[in-house]
Amino acid sequence: MALDDFDRALIAATQGGLPLVPRPYDAVGERLGVPGQQVRERLAQMLETGLVRRIGAVPNHYRLGFTANGMSVWDVDDTQVDILGERIGQLPGVSHCYRRPRRLPSWPYNLFAMLHGRSRAEVEQQAVQLQELLGSACRGHDILYSTAILKKTGLRLKES
Amino acid sequence: MLSPDDARLLERLHGDLPLTEQPFADVAAEFGWTEDYVIGRLAALLESGMLTRFGPLFQIERAGGLFVLAAMAVPEERYEAVTAQVNAHPEIAHNYRRAHALNMWFVLGTETPVQCAAAIERIEAETGLPVLAFPKEREFFVELKLPLTSGEAHGA
Repeated sequence: MALDDFDRALIAATQGGLPLVPRPYDAVGERLGVPGQQVRERLAQMLETGLVRRIGAVPNHYRLGFTANGMSVWDVDDTQVDILGERIGQLPGVSHCYRRPRRLPSWPYNLFAMLHGRSRAEVEQQAVQLQELLGSACRGHDILYSTAILKKTGLRLKES
Repeated sequence: MLSPDDARLLERLHGDLPLTEQPFADVAAEFGWTEDYVIGRLAALLESGMLTRFGPLFQIERAGGLFVLAAMAVPEERYEAVTAQVNAHPEIAHNYRRAHALNMWFVLGTETPVQCAAAIERIEAETGLPVLAFPKEREFFVELKLPLTSGEAHGA
């Protein structure tokens, strides 16, 4: 599904956020020269196709008290990684879970699960749960804690 | 920390802002609040940095684009300078410092794979450092959960 000009304009107009006014979709429409209803209808279509994942608040985990943020990475047997990845996505505290390529020899990990907690101890506890779930399919793991947010702007499509 | 009202509001608005003419009034009605109060709280949460953004979250993969996670091992004495070089690229959606030999992890969001590869090449050329790309091979279903209103530990 390719973006049309209206999609592109709509993304460019809203990727930085919706205006916090009583009629935000009308305000976006005004900027784009279309009725607010057209904005709402297109956003509804985008939600349906998954182009929009959700419309809402993007929290700053740090400021909300979830100061421990660990990217846990696991070296999991290729034949079992997909089944186990689905199960890990259900665990509390896991906000993202992906299979990614290994970069041998320096990077043996093929499963990434982002863990959030109010302390590192809480994140470590979650990692123990993951380890138990992965069992003998896992040959090793590491947790990379974030120590600073260097940038967090989200998607920025160029207006073309 | 969040007030109880703010926590309720954020749990409600983690997703699903209604696609109605006056969505904030509709959310306010669910809580017995006023539209002004909801808008005012959201503005204050953005202002204070509790929220980084409020609006639609795009999954550009669904339109042929992509997000790619990438990492670099940046020498400590150059960390600040390299951060500025990397962040200057509009393709960088977020960037985190992490405690590891690979100490800079960022996500590139682009409309096409070609734009993504080009941005990685430019970053390598500008910084003289190799970029390791970790494209998603599969995304596993993740159930959203943000236990803001309870004091319980995440793992509880």
